Amino acid sequence: MDVLATYQRVKGQFGDKVLEINEKAHDPFAVVEPSAIVEICRFLRDDPETAMNCLSSEIGVDYKDRIEVVYELYSYPKRFGVTLKVKLPRDNPVVATMETVWSSANWMEREIFDLIGVTFEGHSDLRRILMPEDWPGHPQRKDFVEPMEYHGISTVRESPIIRLEAKK
Amino acid sequence: MPLLNTLPDYVLTTKTDELINWMRKSSIWYMLFGLACCAIELMHTGGPRADIERFGATPRASARQSDLMIVARTLTLKMALRTRLLYDQMPDPKYVISMGSCSNCGGLFQLAYSVCDGVDKILPVDVYVPGCPPRPEALTEGLLKLQEKIMNERWLTRANGKPAATVEA
Repeated sequence: MDVLATYQRVKGQFGDKVLEINEKAHDPFAVVEPSAIVEICRFLRDDPETAMNCLSSEIGVDYKDRIEVVYELYSYPKRFGVTLKVKLPRDNPVVATMETVWSSANWMEREIFDLIGVTFEGHSDLRRILMPEDWPGHPQRKDFVEPMEYHGISTVRESPIIRLEAKK
Repeated sequence: MPLLNTLPDYVLTTKTDELINWMRKSSIWYMLFGLACCAIELMHTGGPRADIERFGATPRASARQSDLMIVARTLTLKMALRTRLLYDQMPDPKYVISMGSCSNCGGLFQLAYSVCDGVDKILPVDVYVPGCPPRPEALTEGLLKLQEKIMNERWLTRANGKPAATVEA
């Protein structure tokens, strides 16, 4: 079974829960309903035809009008991988956690929560992983504005080049 | 008649300030504190080739036993608060060497949201060592500069209630 056949198999199993299959992209992907993503992933993992036993990465993307969470699945027995995407509203992005299918999703979801601000329902330990606990906002959002100071430490520095030009 | 000629051969004379400074500069214990890739060069500097232990600098695992903090590379804002805490735990007199572009001014990561651009925003820095990362020779040179600086300190004047006159090296 190859990548495109896997998408067709998911489409046959789940019907209109699969919103879009893009076969022309360099890496073909399928966009699915956010409510069905855990079911679909569990199906792909347990089905002996696909046997996706590895979640190689989970990525959050900010597209300014929406937020996408991208799931990169890989099958070590079958030697191929598929890409699934969910589209979420930008003002309140919520999706169910993938931790119940692959426990490796734990830290990846914490990172997406930290930097993009997606809330994962049912996650066992949804805390910030990289930024400090008291950091304002989610820094990888396109509209994130860097604070001028953090605990009294200013975050801007005068460029020495400007100082040199002033001397001339 | 000069004093020197009246003393036997086994007696040396010096100034108290110089004796204190000489002892101090010959035992700069630095804290084991590496933040990123410069820490690899810091390890080289303590290794057999550059060997800064011949200048009396030996790594200590605790801030409370250290005289020198070598801030080796990218200081994030999250780490900046911890660095300040470690610096406060060090006993006086204490010195700071800022090692590498990132701790000097933020370097490559100056515009990043998470990076404190310059360790001099939170600590007083004695010697800046440029480089990305600096070679062990550069860090050794930085340590020698710090020793020059220590030799010019005036401790007795400070004890008499006057400001210490430090001559810039």
